[in-house]
Amino acid sequence: MTAETVIGAVGRQAEFRTCQYTGLKVDTAAQTLIKANAVAAVVFLAIGGLMGLLVALTRWPAVHLLPADWFYLILTGHGANVLLFWIIFFEIAVLYFASAVLLNCRLATPKLAWLGFVLMVVGALMTNVTVLQGDSSVMFTSYPPMQAKPNFYLGIVLFAVGALIGCIIFFATLVIAKEEGTYEGSIPLVTFGALTAAIIAVFTIATGAIILIPTWLWSLGLISDIDPLMYKVVWWAMGHSSQQINVSAHVSLWYLIGALLVGAKPLSEKVSRTAFLMYILFLQLASAHHLLAEPGLDASWKIVNTSYMMYLAVMGSMIHGLTVPGSIEAAQRRNGFNRGVFEWLRKAPWGNPAFSGMFLSLIFFGFIGGISGVVLGTEQLNVLMHNTIYVPGHFHGTVVAGTTLAFMAATYLVLPLIFQREIVWPKLAKIQPYLFGIGAAGISLFMMGAGTLGVARRHWDITFSDANLSFAYSAGAFLMMGLNGIFAVIAAIGGIIFVLVVVGTVLFGEKIESGHKLTFPLHSGGGAVASHYGSEGTVKLPGTIILVGIFFVCFVLYYFINWKYLSELWLFR
Amino acid sequence: MAATPPEQRIWWNEPIERVELIWIFIAFLWGLFMFGFMIAWHFIGQQNLSKEAYRIAPTAYEQKVENFAKQFQVREEQGIPVVKPKPGADVYLLARLWQWWPILELEKGQSYRIHLSSIDWQHGFSLQPTNINIQVHPGYEHVISLTPTESGAFGIVCNEFCGIGHHTMTGKIYVTDKKQAAADQRLAEQR
Repeated sequence: MTAETVIGAVGRQAEFRTCQYTGLKVDTAAQTLIKANAVAAVVFLAIGGLMGLLVALTRWPAVHLLPADWFYLILTGHGANVLLFWIIFFEIAVLYFASAVLLNCRLATPKLAWLGFVLMVVGALMTNVTVLQGDSSVMFTSYPPMQAKPNFYLGIVLFAVGALIGCIIFFATLVIAKEEGTYEGSIPLVTFGALTAAIIAVFTIATGAIILIPTWLWSLGLISDIDPLMYKVVWWAMGHSSQQINVSAHVSLWYLIGALLVGAKPLSEKVSRTAFLMYILFLQLASAHHLLAEPGLDASWKIVNTSYMMYLAVMGSMIHGLTVPGSIEAAQRRNGFNRGVFEWLRKAPWGNPAFSGMFLSLIFFGFIGGISGVVLGTEQLNVLMHNTIYVPGHFHGTVVAGTTLAFMAATYLVLPLIFQREIVWPKLAKIQPYLFGIGAAGISLFMMGAGTLGVARRHWDITFSDANLSFAYSAGAFLMMGLNGIFAVIAAIGGIIFVLVVVGTVLFGEKIESGHKLTFPLHSGGGAVASHYGSEGTVKLPGTIILVGIFFVCFVLYYFINWKYLSELWLFR
Repeated sequence: MAATPPEQRIWWNEPIERVELIWIFIAFLWGLFMFGFMIAWHFIGQQNLSKEAYRIAPTAYEQKVENFAKQFQVREEQGIPVVKPKPGADVYLLARLWQWWPILELEKGQSYRIHLSSIDWQHGFSLQPTNINIQVHPGYEHVISLTPTESGAFGIVCNEFCGIGHHTMTGKIYVTDKKQAAADQRLAEQR
């Protein structure tokens, strides 16, 4: 059976070019699709990011920019545009890159890929238009019995179908590459990570269809009732898993950037790949951690789903948290930065936005997103922060300071290697990951702080000025929300610079001819074929051991601080 | 290379670094500990969310709350009854657009069976500044045994988005000291 019969398409003659930096064969059809998806991603990032700034300026008590109806409308749009459209468009680009480009293969059925792309664009626009028309301010979670207009759900369904087509094309390309023998042995680690992302995506999209299609029919009046608890159970199987696609995707990009910029190899393939497999096996269960404050679910069900299995997935992330900096340390020591414990880190290419963005993403994802996620997802501790602004604090740590920052970092490689344009305004590009990363980390931390002090999420006025029964949050909560506003402005400046640099580069960047020396250079061995293993010859990784040691101590301390808070609450059972 | 295939055809046969093994072992033990601690808290801790819940029609719940409020009402505040149930009693709290109804007056150190439900959208019960946060569903009656450990006036904030007036959706719980409560009762009897 040939690849063509497997995917039911007619074989095609692909056109290739050879990348002058990595030596990889690039299918031009795949290249165009990667460009299209990346451009769409950045467009939705720009829209969603601007909405995010408006949200933050409204929640900054001293500014309080938008009126209530606009605030909830914009907040709904913000969630859809950045959490879904920006991230998934970018992920489709990553899938095409990790299959066709990394495997030296032609992309399966580019025409079908374009159909998927069009469906995603139409779906995203439909949802945006519906939200902007009003009457669909149901938030990202869109919990019934609150109802949006039918096109809100339909747009998301169309978008998901398009994304599903992208995943299928990724799988088909892997099959073709195997059939045509474009690589030897196992697929590369980055492709392997992308494969886990795609598998999780298929599960996620299937779950989304199970819940969103009935909800759509309900909004059309064809189904009379959607049980709110059942909706949540199924919805979160999509909602949380969709964020695990991001984790797999951005961890893959950490490895990719490490490889291309400092020549990093995984310390060992077995460990890194097993860690990715743990995501597939266990991460789905983490969706239960959104249901810890619901009525009628058993404690043992909650504990098994959020903990035992989930901690194996947490272990997956903790493993990457060691192997990514470890492989960078090993590579840097091989590059000659061998003095002391931290010379490898000090002399890392911090001026290269791809590297700085990737490393900041690694730190913030681990320390802020990772630790807070475990605490938030602990059966009893959840009652301290369920639906407070701690929750957006946590997920801004994972999907903004983690995923979005990693995707931005990867963009600094996509521009020269796929768009073949030299990055314009390199000085702005250099500071961009720092501005955006520190801004995003600040947002996360201060929202978590405010949430610990009780501030509700998705709330227009924390002064309760129109309320019949008055209540006042502590002064500390107001301070936290103000700091959140300030860091949101910093992040927004970083985001605007990113969009300017990307648009400027795509439109006006100098065309890269052969022999061109990049402003942000790749490692000379970055495109080399497999060689020896990571830390061989430099077995010791003292710097990395210290870093993960600090991480572990922070994790344990923060975990117990929250139990202390919990033990001081009123008694309940 | 992370971007190129591994050296051996079968990645499972690749060697493992010792430092990785140690870290995996630590991470695994820590995961087991965290798992065990949640179970342990059901025995050593006093804060575990109830799993007692019933299906109920919103109108039926509304009726229950009104009967409850009529029975134990002691005064009125802003047009909302202030209700003072006996310690250990069943206490009904209703969430609707956009209020928590009625206002409760509880005694410190006494346990109450608090019933929570909504008659329209989903709402969020957020007791402040104590910071206890519980989701409230229409159609589901959630029963929680709650014991206030401090006295004073506490706010209930809705923390699940429920429409344009969401930010005005507040409620109140007064907690009185036992002594004070006993004194109040004596005063009432003398009158």
